[in-house]
Amino acid sequence: MIESTRLGFHAPETEEELSQLVAEAAETRTPLEVMGRGTKREVGPSVGSGAVISTESMVGIPLYEPTELILVAKTGTPMAQIEAQLAESDQELPFEPVDFGPILGYGEGEATIGGVVATNFSGSRRILKGSARDHVLGIRAVNGRGERIKAGGRVMKNVTGYDLGRTLAGSWGTLAVMTEVALKVLPAQRESRTIVCFGLTDQTALEALSIAMGTPYEVSGTLHLHPELAARFSDEDIAGAEGAVTAIRVENFPASARYRASRLKQVLAAYNPVLELDSSRSKAFWHEIKTLKMFQGKSNPLWRVSTMPSCAAKLIGNLSRKMEIHTAYDWSGGLIWIETPPLTDGGAVDIRRTLAEFGGHATLIRAEGATRGGIDVFQPLDPPIAALSAKLKHAFDPLGILNPGRMYREM
Amino acid sequence: MSTLSMPQPDRGVIARRNDIIKQLKRIAPNATLIVDQEGRRTFETDALTAYRCLPLAVVLPTSTEEVSAILRFCYDNQVKVVPRGAGTSLSGGALPLEDSIVLCLSRMNKVISIDTANRVARVEAGITNSAISEAVAKKGFFYAPDPSSQIACTVGGNIATNSGGAHCLKYGVTVNNVLGVRIVMMDGEVIDLGGSYLESPGYDFLPLIIGSEGQLGVVTEATVRLIASPEGSRPMLLGFDSTDAAASCVAAIIAGGVVPVAIEFMDRPAIHVCEHFVSAGYPLDVEALLIVEVEGSEDEIEYLLEKIEDIAKDFLPNVIRRSQSPEETALIWKGRKAAFGAIGQLSDYVCMDGVIPLSKLPKALDEVGWICRKYRFDVANIFHAGDGNLHPLILYNANDAIQLERVEMCGAEILKLCVELGGCLTGEHGVGIEKRELMYLQYTDEDIDQQVRIKEALDPSWLLNPGKVFPIEGRDANKMRGVDMHVLEREVPLEPEPELVEGHDVP
Repeated sequence: MIESTRLGFHAPETEEELSQLVAEAAETRTPLEVMGRGTKREVGPSVGSGAVISTESMVGIPLYEPTELILVAKTGTPMAQIEAQLAESDQELPFEPVDFGPILGYGEGEATIGGVVATNFSGSRRILKGSARDHVLGIRAVNGRGERIKAGGRVMKNVTGYDLGRTLAGSWGTLAVMTEVALKVLPAQRESRTIVCFGLTDQTALEALSIAMGTPYEVSGTLHLHPELAARFSDEDIAGAEGAVTAIRVENFPASARYRASRLKQVLAAYNPVLELDSSRSKAFWHEIKTLKMFQGKSNPLWRVSTMPSCAAKLIGNLSRKMEIHTAYDWSGGLIWIETPPLTDGGAVDIRRTLAEFGGHATLIRAEGATRGGIDVFQPLDPPIAALSAKLKHAFDPLGILNPGRMYREM
Repeated sequence: MSTLSMPQPDRGVIARRNDIIKQLKRIAPNATLIVDQEGRRTFETDALTAYRCLPLAVVLPTSTEEVSAILRFCYDNQVKVVPRGAGTSLSGGALPLEDSIVLCLSRMNKVISIDTANRVARVEAGITNSAISEAVAKKGFFYAPDPSSQIACTVGGNIATNSGGAHCLKYGVTVNNVLGVRIVMMDGEVIDLGGSYLESPGYDFLPLIIGSEGQLGVVTEATVRLIASPEGSRPMLLGFDSTDAAASCVAAIIAGGVVPVAIEFMDRPAIHVCEHFVSAGYPLDVEALLIVEVEGSEDEIEYLLEKIEDIAKDFLPNVIRRSQSPEETALIWKGRKAAFGAIGQLSDYVCMDGVIPLSKLPKALDEVGWICRKYRFDVANIFHAGDGNLHPLILYNANDAIQLERVEMCGAEILKLCVELGGCLTGEHGVGIEKRELMYLQYTDEDIDQQVRIKEALDPSWLLNPGKVFPIEGRDANKMRGVDMHVLEREVPLEPEPELVEGHDVP
């Protein structure tokens, strides 16, 4: 039995089975690579352990109460299944999770809900509705000792003990292996409208987006695309634009979304919003953002940068003097996607040096294995936070067997 | 006063009190130090007034540096520290210990910066919740969490208990609205977590810190999200003949694809007390009242209220009334927010904070009524219905030791019910001392051990707000390293009157 955990691929079907496997691995100090279906396995350094624990056989939705806006899913459940189930009741995951599948060589909707929570990558609507972590109500998991733990619950509000569920969001399987997540869901947005400006400079575009965010119209998408990225979209008017594309989305019931779009056009008149995408075009466009259409079919290094919106344009201005980059700003500049040339370090040195000046952090999402192996894929942590992180890791996984080196070499 | 076991006081620390006070004066000369008995009396309890304890001293620092120096001193000298904001905790989260100092942040109450371009504000932790919204209102923004005590409670305290409020149905609770904190660890180390951007690198410590009831570090500053104020908002009052109909209506509204900004529920006793206190214009001839608020432009508001009215009609409301003016709206909310105070004028009460799945609302209210009747207490229900967060206020006489004992049993039974219905012990008040011993209703030993290990990793000597959150009684002492238990005998609990139990199966 113990021999079996040393090597090979394990996809336990139950939490109990998983807990036994981890407990055995703990006993023999066997490092475990933890994943769902592995669609983001190429993000970050490889764990390189001989033994893989996958949640892919823990599939299903034990509880979905549309009237209570909650869904409880086993972590191996593919996103396609979750989204289809929600769509039947006209509901959705409000944080619009980014789907990395298509840019990393996997299919759409193939990623698991566990992986989405464990990596906490939220999409464009994050500026209005919050992140994946914000929607976690509770979890079940197996910690590095092989113990079965739960935190939070299946209700909207819960401060009973420490919030370990949201703490596990974004921990990349290095603290515990989640087996079940309870999430808050919301009614799907019925109508989506997008107003578009063309040819704005980065600075001007981000200014317009910031103004939009300061209005009461509940803007749910604020995007600015460099022309070469805009050209990769399906919508003819977007792809055919000869300059940069700045897009602002509003959603709600139809009359309200139309009203909000028209008000925004007035507020932003100085920026010349000449195009308005109707609901179906708008939905199609933002779906392409969600699946990172602008970076599909390429292999260039791709970075995801988080910074203050007011710094974003200058940051990119400085960076583009150092290398040729293709940039998409989301979250009105708070999130920047940067495609770099195929440099040995993927542009890491310049990006991190520039970020040090402006504040923020960068994660390398896509690159050749050699590049990923040679640099810090995740933003190196300040020493006090690194020390705090080591303590947290130790509290969950004292032997360091869960995904060692997955985020940071020393953890 | 009912008995409560707390960690064994360190007699050595108590014996050194004079020296500790002298040293505190030396290391934090600008801080206000309160050492006299009358002065300390103000800090002997929080809003859970049944429990009181005089601390060694109370320190009100003016800067993060001072907080750091004080914590470092306490760390070196094994002095326990109870952090405190405005002391509005309903769960005893700020109850001092005999051998502790109280570290009260209320003098650190400045707005440090307002940055509307990035839609964030940086504030000191002792600022009151409503002062943030007041500071940014002119610029067209607000800070979303709005606990009922918002004019008094501090952001630091909100962070400690992850406070919500009436409007969190739409805007989320504190954890969803804080982007960064400056925190001082027990050994005096100052760490900045998160920042002015939406995501921080590495582990996300904010959800761990927010809601940790001041046990992991002392937050001195916070960066909070600012949200653009809506064009308008308007509440509607829906009155029903039965609590059951009102409760079913809440679930139907949510199910109907409408998520209002707030859905507040009041039962007959609550309505009468609040109306008497504030003259908010609530109907008095109904068994239950819903305050449903929506936001947006005039047209959007009309559309949403229309839709809600349509849904509500299935439950035969006898009152449907939309607010006609901003004044009326203010009055409607004033009544709701004054509820706890109004009831407090009539009687002592304990306020429960259990959460239940929304679909169980009618059953839960029914059972809560039965449990209170069984213990022969009056109860008023006034709560955030949209998210299932119940607040039964159980009325009792605090001067009667037997009633206090019984009211705690009654409350525990209600919380047990909440957990059994699939909910939890506390939605926004925190565990504190009040619900500490009930944690096993919701969690296993392994669940609690995992939380305790984090506490031990960040505060190995259990100096920060010890004796709260985690159960002490009946727990293996080895699992609470650093806590030397000091268990007091509880009085034998009284059995409820058997004839009142008959005929009804109370879980």
